[in-house]
Amino acid sequence: MFYGYGGVLLTGVWQTIQLALLSLLVAVVIGLAGASAKLSRSTPLRLVATAYTTLIRGVPDLVLMLLIFYSIQIGLNQVTDALKWDQIDINPFLAGVLTIGFIYGAYFTETFRGAFISVPRGQLEAGHAFGMTGAQVFRRILFPQMMRFALPGLANNWQVILKATALVSIIGLSDLVKAATDAGKGTFNMFYFMIWLGAIYLVLTSLSNLVLNKLNKRYAVGVRGAQL
Amino acid sequence: MTVLETLQTYWQAYLYNDGSQMSGLAMTLWLLVLSLAIGFAMALVLATARVSQYKALSIPVRVYSYVFRGTPLYVQLLLIYSGIYGITFVQKTELLSMFFRNGFNCAVLAFALNTCAYTTEIFVGAIRNIPYGEVEAARAFGMSWFTLYRRIILPSALRRALPMYSNEVILMLHATSIAFAATVPDLLKVARDVNAATYQPFTAFGIAAVLYLVVSFVLVYLFRIAERKWLAFQAPAGR
Repeated sequence: MFYGYGGVLLTGVWQTIQLALLSLLVAVVIGLAGASAKLSRSTPLRLVATAYTTLIRGVPDLVLMLLIFYSIQIGLNQVTDALKWDQIDINPFLAGVLTIGFIYGAYFTETFRGAFISVPRGQLEAGHAFGMTGAQVFRRILFPQMMRFALPGLANNWQVILKATALVSIIGLSDLVKAATDAGKGTFNMFYFMIWLGAIYLVLTSLSNLVLNKLNKRYAVGVRGAQL
Repeated sequence: MTVLETLQTYWQAYLYNDGSQMSGLAMTLWLLVLSLAIGFAMALVLATARVSQYKALSIPVRVYSYVFRGTPLYVQLLLIYSGIYGITFVQKTELLSMFFRNGFNCAVLAFALNTCAYTTEIFVGAIRNIPYGEVEAARAFGMSWFTLYRRIILPSALRRALPMYSNEVILMLHATSIAFAATVPDLLKVARDVNAATYQPFTAFGIAAVLYLVVSFVLVYLFRIAERKWLAFQAPAGR
């Protein structure tokens, strides 16, 4: 069915999934930190976080990918040259993950910020009054309830990240798109493999929809909806 | 090369002309306007089909929008640009081969189909949220299906879709940066060429990023004015 390119495609699928999941992890961590910074009392922190989300969300992800990906290596070369060290080559996969995570962290920041302020303030104050530490309040009260509000936005962002990973072949990483175009060029049957490529992405997005719906149900435990 | 020298050498290519053809920002905006116009017009028709009670009309539109929203735009562009032209039948049919050989046509086709899928969903949401009393009143007046849509549903739905649609326009502006994959000399293609010539990625892509940022801000500002005009009925009362 794949003219001997089945293995290549399978590796590509695995690379794309790894890339998307690791980028998601980085983006969520940056998003949580960014949302906390945006809601903090310190003005410089708020300014930095606002500048970060405004600038990143105003520029195409592909432009940022090229900008950050190439500049990291050149910047590092200048540092190592100045220190008279040998050139350090950045692992392209790692750089790709960090770049995508950094870009989508801005979108997650906005999602989490909205979710944080949806949790009633009194509950957090009650937690502190019980003598819980800040970390305990976050873990026991804020996080479980915040996830409820954040999930629709997170689901959306995850789909966007998954689709954005298709761009990494442009910065030279090997992924599903690279695998499929290689197969298409090798067999002179580009159309056939591009259809497969689209179909695989469709399966991936549909599968994650299923998982996200399950999660939605889990975090909505105990919420009463109005009868319409 | 300093940033200033790069700007002095390449500002024309970045903004409107690379010496032989339209390029840079002008090309990006032209791509954006064309694909948005086509996508908008198609989405109007498809949205009415999607809310129709006839399954034969609504199901094909649902499948179309599911497929185009579930796959990356880059893959859609690759399929249209590299995939379709590879089919022997297309190469042998003169009209098709002329169309698909041109990267610009392929880019506009891919972008229009993609934005149309998202726009359809936005319009469907707005149409479904229309107060049922308005539709029933229109029916009681004896309006035909077409008059109902033209006078009542679409004017109201399009207004309420404006905030969501403005997001889609910004996302589409950003999405046009993929056009270089079909060899269209858009803003990012110019930036890549400048990077290849100067080996200064930060300057080359930085200039492009600033230009994209400025256009994004201008679009946001224009939509804010449009919302003030067409969504005035939703503005908070008083003051």
